[in-house]
Amino acid sequence: MYVLQVIINGILLGGVYAVLGLGMSLSLGIVKLTNLAHGEYIILGAYASMLLQAWLGIDPFLSLVISVPFLFFAGYLIQIFLVNRAMMSGSEPALLVTFGISVILKDAMLLVFGADARHIATDYSNITVDIAGLSIPLLNILLLLLSGVAILLLHLFMHKTYTGRAIRAVSDDREAASLSGISVGHTLAVACGIAAATAAVAGLCVGMKWTWYPSSGGHYLLIAFVIVVIGGLGNVAGTFIAGIVFGLMQVIGGASYGLLISYIFLIVILTLHPHEALIRFLDRMKSTDRQKTANGLSGSGFVTVKTQTEFKSEQKESSDAT
Amino acid sequence: MEDMISFENIIAGYGCTRILDNLSFSVSEGEVFGVIGPNGCGKTTMLNVLTGSIYPISGSLLFKGREIGTLASHKRCRLGIGRTWQIPRPFAGMTVYENVLTSSVHGAGLSMEQGAEKAGGVLDEIGLADKKDTLSGELTLLDRKRLELARAMASDPSVLLLDEAAAGLTENEAKEIMSLVGSLKEKHYTVIWIEHNIETMLNATDRLMCMAEGRNVICGDPGEVMESEIVEELYLGKDI
Repeated sequence: MYVLQVIINGILLGGVYAVLGLGMSLSLGIVKLTNLAHGEYIILGAYASMLLQAWLGIDPFLSLVISVPFLFFAGYLIQIFLVNRAMMSGSEPALLVTFGISVILKDAMLLVFGADARHIATDYSNITVDIAGLSIPLLNILLLLLSGVAILLLHLFMHKTYTGRAIRAVSDDREAASLSGISVGHTLAVACGIAAATAAVAGLCVGMKWTWYPSSGGHYLLIAFVIVVIGGLGNVAGTFIAGIVFGLMQVIGGASYGLLISYIFLIVILTLHPHEALIRFLDRMKSTDRQKTANGLSGSGFVTVKTQTEFKSEQKESSDAT
Repeated sequence: MEDMISFENIIAGYGCTRILDNLSFSVSEGEVFGVIGPNGCGKTTMLNVLTGSIYPISGSLLFKGREIGTLASHKRCRLGIGRTWQIPRPFAGMTVYENVLTSSVHGAGLSMEQGAEKAGGVLDEIGLADKKDTLSGELTLLDRKRLELARAMASDPSVLLLDEAAAGLTENEAKEIMSLVGSLKEKHYTVIWIEHNIETMLNATDRLMCMAEGRNVICGDPGEVMESEIVEELYLGKDI
């Protein structure tokens, strides 16, 4: 029962981590930009929810109706007026610009809100639900649902809308996208706006789950990096899984060893590339299935079916030869 | 006939390397204009200048009489310039249909319904309708070339730029792609076509230009150009 409780807690916490990594995944995977200000966007999102709750008396979840568009436009404008221009000179100037934005936002928040620790509390923050002998905090369930909805909406947006397809095209090949009529600068800004909007959701999660300060952004930026590396750049579904894995490690390791275990896992990911091994394994499985089908259809053993990896490497060799 | 494209003393290159050296030529509306020349003579760079991938250092680049030398690539696409590459560059993470749809919506500026209709029509025309749900990264080289042509056509261009459409294909595949390219003339596209496979291109082109060292060394009737001494010297490796 204890193990099950730990797993459930880890999965629930993982939802929050997933949404933390979502914006960074978009920035790195699609815009190819290491946005060092992403942590500050998250904290800004937390302050926005806190203020909306205090001023308008609305539920923090409802505050997203305002904080999400607010951060979207902030992210869009910062990208189109500052970062896009810096990106023309290369990735290093753009990185420095995001660092500058991070410092400015951090100091501005310090100036406006002071250095006090903050937390968004609600009537249901401390309610726990007993299911089959397991004690589950209601807040964690709500945050996991919020995270799941955010990820699902983003996935649908990227695959079902024309703007989403334009973002994917720009992520794939900027020059070819541009020659398909897509304005690369505008599309990158929309992607950054969406990344900032996800930071509003992440900010709400952080605000309701933990306490934060104006300088907490760096901590969440680091977590976002780890999740993106585990989940894969620009991979929305991968980010969700990575968040769950990270959450489980936090719960298993506890307050003392949670981060240590996470970073050891990160090193394993970076050095052993289990993603690639998994892809190779899946390719091989597919290949075996297709081989069986092809042999069955042809009635001989002469039909060879290539794996995707083999096919791509052959295509590359053919292109290189050309 | 009105000039569709006009290069006037264009100088362009990459960094400090000058590739195009006072290149001048013009292409009329509805013309299939072939471009040949030895490797490194600037054929692809000429297309890059035309699509806005690089900007000319000096000279004038006109499209339907309008100066476009400093116009962004996506705006040139929306004006009516479509392009394919020597090594196809489809959006690998998208399906065939999504590739073409993206171009019809953003390039041709069509609404959702019109874009979908246009994409479907182009895929039918190019012979990829049965593979519309296949990821473009999984296509064969011939199909990727077809897809690129479809994507360019979906943006509703008046000028199509083809960079070695037959490169890397087997003889039969090259014939297939050549017949597709040949059909473009009947559809009243203006085509600028770079090709190393000169024999297959000769019958389909109205005029042929031979480039060397970033310049237009001879331009005119394909037969006359091919028989000219200067082309013979270029392809036999003699000094020009």
